[in-house]
Amino acid sequence: MVNERQLEKILPENTLKTRVPQEQVQRVVKPAPSRYRNEIAKYIVHRSLDCERCGKCIEVCQFGVHVRKPDFKYFSEPNHHLCIGPNCEKTGNYCVAHCPKGALQIRENPMFKVLGDFRWPADLILATWKMAETGDVPPEAYDYDYEGGISGGGFDRLRFKFPKQPPVKLRADEIDTSIALNKRGDGRPEIKIDVPWYGGGMSFGSVSNVTQLSKARAAVAFNTFTCTGEGGYMERMRPYDDHVITQVATGLFGVREETIQRVPIVEFKYAQGAKPGLGGHLLGDKNTPAVARMREAVLGISLFSPFPFHSVYSIEDHAKHIEWIKHVNRRALISTKVSTPTDVDMVAVGSYSAGTHIVHIDGGYGGTGAAPDIAKKNIAMPIEYAIGKVHQFLAAEGVRDKVTLIASGGIRTAHDIAKAIALGADGVVIGTAELVALGCVRCSRCESGRGCPRGIATTDLELSAKMDLDWGTQRIINLYSAWRKTLVGILQRLGLRSVSELRGRTDLMMHLDYTNDVPVKP
Amino acid sequence: MPEKYHIKTQPIPPRRPRIGKHGVVDWREDCARCHNCVKKACVYDRYRQEADYIRNLHDVESLFFDCMGCFSCVQDCTKGILRLSINPEYEKLGNRYWKPDIIKTTWLQSETAKIPVSGAGYRGPFSGHGFDSMWTDMSEIVRPTRDGIHGREYISTSVDIGRKPPFLALNGSKSVAALPPLVSIPMPLIIDLSSPAHTLPKLDPLIEQTAAGTGVIAIMDSRYRPAKNEHLENIAFYLGPDSPPVPDEMLRKTRLVEIADNPAVAERIKAIKKIHPQIVVAIRVELTAAGIGRAIELAGLPEVEVIHIVTDANGDELTTQKPRFLKDMIRQIHTALVEKGIRDEITIMAGGGVALPEHMAKAIICGADLVTINLPLLIALECHLCNSCQPGTPCPARLEQIDFNYGVGRMTNLIAAWHDQLIELMGAMGMREARRLRGDVGRAMFFENLEEDTFGKLYGKRKTA
Repeated sequence: MVNERQLEKILPENTLKTRVPQEQVQRVVKPAPSRYRNEIAKYIVHRSLDCERCGKCIEVCQFGVHVRKPDFKYFSEPNHHLCIGPNCEKTGNYCVAHCPKGALQIRENPMFKVLGDFRWPADLILATWKMAETGDVPPEAYDYDYEGGISGGGFDRLRFKFPKQPPVKLRADEIDTSIALNKRGDGRPEIKIDVPWYGGGMSFGSVSNVTQLSKARAAVAFNTFTCTGEGGYMERMRPYDDHVITQVATGLFGVREETIQRVPIVEFKYAQGAKPGLGGHLLGDKNTPAVARMREAVLGISLFSPFPFHSVYSIEDHAKHIEWIKHVNRRALISTKVSTPTDVDMVAVGSYSAGTHIVHIDGGYGGTGAAPDIAKKNIAMPIEYAIGKVHQFLAAEGVRDKVTLIASGGIRTAHDIAKAIALGADGVVIGTAELVALGCVRCSRCESGRGCPRGIATTDLELSAKMDLDWGTQRIINLYSAWRKTLVGILQRLGLRSVSELRGRTDLMMHLDYTNDVPVKP
Repeated sequence: MPEKYHIKTQPIPPRRPRIGKHGVVDWREDCARCHNCVKKACVYDRYRQEADYIRNLHDVESLFFDCMGCFSCVQDCTKGILRLSINPEYEKLGNRYWKPDIIKTTWLQSETAKIPVSGAGYRGPFSGHGFDSMWTDMSEIVRPTRDGIHGREYISTSVDIGRKPPFLALNGSKSVAALPPLVSIPMPLIIDLSSPAHTLPKLDPLIEQTAAGTGVIAIMDSRYRPAKNEHLENIAFYLGPDSPPVPDEMLRKTRLVEIADNPAVAERIKAIKKIHPQIVVAIRVELTAAGIGRAIELAGLPEVEVIHIVTDANGDELTTQKPRFLKDMIRQIHTALVEKGIRDEITIMAGGGVALPEHMAKAIICGADLVTINLPLLIALECHLCNSCQPGTPCPARLEQIDFNYGVGRMTNLIAAWHDQLIELMGAMGMREARRLRGDVGRAMFFENLEEDTFGKLYGKRKTA
């Protein structure tokens, strides 16, 4: 997508010299089964001692639950996670019913209620794993409720009103899911991404190398972006420069002219949805020699990213910041990441007037790293409220089509993406979902001790060795493929030709807690 | 720079075994005895700790439940013989308002005095009952009309208790007329009387020391006699209808006293002021169906300085069928007083249902000057809120065997953690003073309003459950 010859005109000689060949990653779905031996299952299959090993169960089961290896006398442990449960009875292939000795039992796994929470119920985690494994939506037989969570508000209570027959019949390949990131028409590159989402910032030190590179490689495959987060630009990200957003955050850690010049998008991080108004804090233990070098800081001391930018107390100051980056990197688009206070709409318009290309609003219910519990729960409004507010205000000011609105903070599924866009965003940023694809169980111990016990958000060598790059890349590519398929399905059912036609179409949705009797404006 | 308010803390581990949320169930009969057993790979080393715990078992009632719930061993075990479960003891903690999560976070704060931090985003419901149906605001890039952003060291959490004159009266042409007495405390928190259901007399000296150590005030029964006379500054005696009087010389050393509401409050206040003119008198008003009206009425009396409104422990209105919640009642009283133009003259203390530090900030935003608490301090001592404090019933937290330093330390840690979290919230809001937070609903967003503005316009009326 980047024309090397054009770059020669724009980039300074020094930066061009350090540019490395860009790596390509194919957008191919391949099975990527769980890296754990025992996948967590919704149902448990129990085989009693009455079993005569007749093999009838293997014959009837359509899902490959029962296994007996060739030349083995006894059965292996069943693939519990493939079982669709007692619902199978309707299919006529229910092993429990077919077993001549009545030796099989299927019941719900009591462990299932330990997994998950209100935002990410067990069904959603399992469905996301399945998507990351197969690259497709989970088969209907599994009956996963994977549209959203059970938080009782926002996305979880919004539904699309699908017509019985789509108003226009469209083939899947006719539907366009790309969005444009530069709408200013200011002569800077007209960057388009193939899917209406890109990866959120996770900094050097907060997640493992493999996690970060997997995200970057999946971004390459889907012609979208990933973000370095605060804390510098890792050398290992350089083969993916064209799909990287680098962050300028309040601590200015690792911000150098050269790294700014490498990338097509530079993001100002004013605040984070998970800890709005609080700034970042890297604990001393995590300030390892590599981190200290990258951040140009002293080894072993705690590093604070203050809140806010102490050089920005007005929109004019913000404009000055943007001018600075635009000058240093003449091809860069500017993204401004803010959280969601009451006056988020004013902030968005102000940011537009200061010259930003992308307004990125980060709602309170997201976040992948560590944050004070009190902040996550209480400060700033959920993203569902903020999207409409900003969208309408930008429209009222007549600048809606001059700026790209990106929402994040609690986007978990393709349905959430569609709902966010229908509420008024152009696209979204995702974070947690990618980590879940890599095997996160949301135990929320990202920061304690050695870091993530699942080897995702940790720099501990032993723990991070649990995952390899090809597998990680494939899991995220598979998740993206499944999401894109779901999104295309939604657009198809609504008869919309492109995802940009969905923007602001609140009339296509309903809210389960409302009477839904307001006359729909076409 | 003047000396800043700082609470000295130190980690104080629990006396009783931790009641964790998760435990691992292990089907050992199927074990393949692998040499590289997943239990050895536990990131948190819990299996070895569990073995140690069982070896030195002192107490057969409690099992070891300190699993972090990462599922790693469960998913990696060769034979798949491990299962994760939720600890039934954990689910039994507290009640419908004081949920197990609240108790657990309070225990953690009392142990470490730190702000609880976790990863992976917010896990709870979208919004909820009571204080959970509002969010505090934060300031983004610019906010020229407000305080601006200040370092945390500049944030003051102190508040004044007492009657404030609406304007300064000049005494002839010379000096300002005598100002009514004011009591300043370094954070907007007062320790309330312990509720009758939980009274354990042994705790009073601990509360006395905690109040003195943190600089806040504890409301005590009038029969209580402090261990140290200098602690009287941090004690407010409660004079109920049947309370025996406090000796005059003792009352003179206190700064605040609380009386029960009664038809002759004005005379009662005058009588107390006669003994000790510099004392501030608070009136305890129970928020029953008539409570709000009575609080507003009292605020209009010239003698009244402080009104202490109290709900039940869950923040619900007392003795009504469909109780209103503390937050909404504070707003109603506050708004009524603002409309009458007398809000600034009266101090309002609000108690009942304040369970978490954010409740303190939210109650103040809704219009209270400060909050009063008691149950959180009891939970700090590892109380389970099992509500069976009767003579003869064994206390699962062994509160009767409590050590003085342990108790004071845990309560102090909790107050320190609350103070730090209040500063976090105020810092995010760009607020410099807790005094200015009072009634500033502009620094909060309410569920009902946001819903109406966002979805009400689009999808009609909200269905009521």
